[in-house]
Amino acid sequence: MDSKSLLDFAGAVASGAVRVIDLTFTLSPDFPVIVLPPEFGQAAPVRIQQISRYDDAGPAWYWNNLTFGEHTGTHFDAPIHWFTGKDLPNNCVDTLPAHDMIAPACVIDCSAQAAQDPDFLLTIPVVEAWEGRHGRIPERNWVLLRTDWSKKNWRDYANLKDDGAHTPGPDVAVMRWLVEERGVLGFGTETIGTDAGQAGHLDPPYPAHHFLHGGGRYGLQCLRNLDQLPPTGAVIMAAPLKIQNGSGSPLRVLALVSAKA
Amino acid sequence: MIEPITRPRRKNPLLRTRLPASPPNARSRTAHGFTRAAAEGRFVLQRCGTCSAYSYPAREACPACLSADLVFVDAPRRGTLLSETTVRVPADVYFRERAPWRIGLVGMECGPTMVAHLHADCQEGKSVVMSLQLDKSGQAVAFAHPEHETANMTDDRQWREMTADPKFRRVLVTNGRSAIGQEAVAALKAAGAATIFVGLAEPWKPFRGEDALRTLQGVEIVPLDVGDEKSVSDLAADIAGKVDILVNTAEHIRAGGLLARRTSVVRDEIDQSYLGFVHLAQAFGPAMRMRGADGVNSAAAWVNILSVYALENWPAYGAYSASQAACLSLSHCLRAELRPGGVKVINLFTGPLDTEWFQTVPPPKVAPRVIANAIVSALKNGLEDVFVGDVAEDIRQRLAANPKAVERELGA
Repeated sequence: MDSKSLLDFAGAVASGAVRVIDLTFTLSPDFPVIVLPPEFGQAAPVRIQQISRYDDAGPAWYWNNLTFGEHTGTHFDAPIHWFTGKDLPNNCVDTLPAHDMIAPACVIDCSAQAAQDPDFLLTIPVVEAWEGRHGRIPERNWVLLRTDWSKKNWRDYANLKDDGAHTPGPDVAVMRWLVEERGVLGFGTETIGTDAGQAGHLDPPYPAHHFLHGGGRYGLQCLRNLDQLPPTGAVIMAAPLKIQNGSGSPLRVLALVSAKA
Repeated sequence: MIEPITRPRRKNPLLRTRLPASPPNARSRTAHGFTRAAAEGRFVLQRCGTCSAYSYPAREACPACLSADLVFVDAPRRGTLLSETTVRVPADVYFRERAPWRIGLVGMECGPTMVAHLHADCQEGKSVVMSLQLDKSGQAVAFAHPEHETANMTDDRQWREMTADPKFRRVLVTNGRSAIGQEAVAALKAAGAATIFVGLAEPWKPFRGEDALRTLQGVEIVPLDVGDEKSVSDLAADIAGKVDILVNTAEHIRAGGLLARRTSVVRDEIDQSYLGFVHLAQAFGPAMRMRGADGVNSAAAWVNILSVYALENWPAYGAYSASQAACLSLSHCLRAELRPGGVKVINLFTGPLDTEWFQTVPPPKVAPRVIANAIVSALKNGLEDVFVGDVAEDIRQRLAANPKAVERELGA
């Protein structure tokens, strides 16, 4: 691409011919985080502590100290997050290739199924049906699972019962297939994790984490506004914080969509 | 016969809120022997080791034999009200605002004569039972009660100055998710609290007892995550002026010592216990201190539930013990800062609780309901330091005898 095309692209963003859609939840203390059994270590919740606000602690300036876990809010999972990806090269957020941070997305709308069944699992036939309508998923694409889960109140969003969370996600076969047969760059969801709420009972447990990260691919979760994306043609910008040896990071996820789409 | 107090009407917003004044607070160092006993609800007098005579007030030498061997010991409480005086126009601001005020001379069966504040049902010439109370300036004073229970006894005007009775007061229980929080809500409600605000962090997480809590009359569930400064200050902005009693039931208990401990777990303990306390104190303390004389439902007390291992580290729960020690130290700072408002800081010390985090610890353990009842009892009796259960009482006594022995034995 020549530099004129790149400038045309910038002009298209400025003019609105390319729409920029924010797929990110606000990073705030009250947003649900992953819940593990209490005897395990827990993700630190988001805390925003004011240093000064034009007051005696800093008369002309406002700023905060932040604490949060790597896996809070809308966030990115790097391969090193899971044991299957622990020995891969460039498997941390600070070493992953920068060009992976911009890539197209295929959006599979399963909002109707998820509305019927909170434990809905994405399967190969569902994806093949999608491919029948929109074409084969190209390599190095994000696959984003739209469930409209992000529109729920936070109790229904976490949907914790006495046997754990009940939220939709992928099944084992489709995850392996997306990684090995379709060569996806990563998999993204609206729910708290890339895996289903009950995915600990699958074999292997947490197949999205298992196969994505084992294959050196990425996860995105707690996404929103997926209903504003076309099935194909959106370009995702997902650049995690450059945390030394980081396993993931909250981040701003943007989608670029042609206004004609 | 005491007229029962009535539920206070809403405040007239045109009237200035009366600021707290403190009763005279000068005491000798020796006299703090009474302060210590009053804080724990015990009745003590000095007794001479040489001639065995009891004496009052606090002295450096026995008035009977001049021996310097005067020791504070638990003493018999009974006496006779010899005379009474109603002070109608005191010079002191605190008493002037509360006049008329009855005081009297009580001849103790064990010997000395005491000047005491009088319950309204105490009659001249009749038997009375004495207690030591902490007044609004935090100093020990003698209080005479009628020998037998009388109608509406706890509604006595002068007695309520000595206590933090929950009746008609509005209470914030900071954590409704725990068994202790839910038992505290039930006990405070039974004790006549007007409104109980119940804090709930992460409301998207369901919990045991939730349905019952949500349907209780007079209970209002409020968003509160004590580890989050903004959550605490947001709630204080709404209700700090309506919290008369704050019961901090935040708990974060994890077994284990220091060397095998993840820093993140230590940090969770500090966040939930110590920083949670800091956030609550900074957000709610100033308003409570300002409202210490605000009528029947004045701000009255702050309650902490601390592990008795705040006093001496128990390495089996070593990092937790340290977080509790930090809270204990902070509570003394808060107590000093709330004292000008006449707001008491009550510390309940407990041994292991009968909850999941002490599951493998053998009995005796303290049931959450016992803690809740101890909270109400401490409020009704105006205590400051309460040792709940056998383990806490045992540690208290052993620390008084030989702290080094306690350290070695807990660490064995």
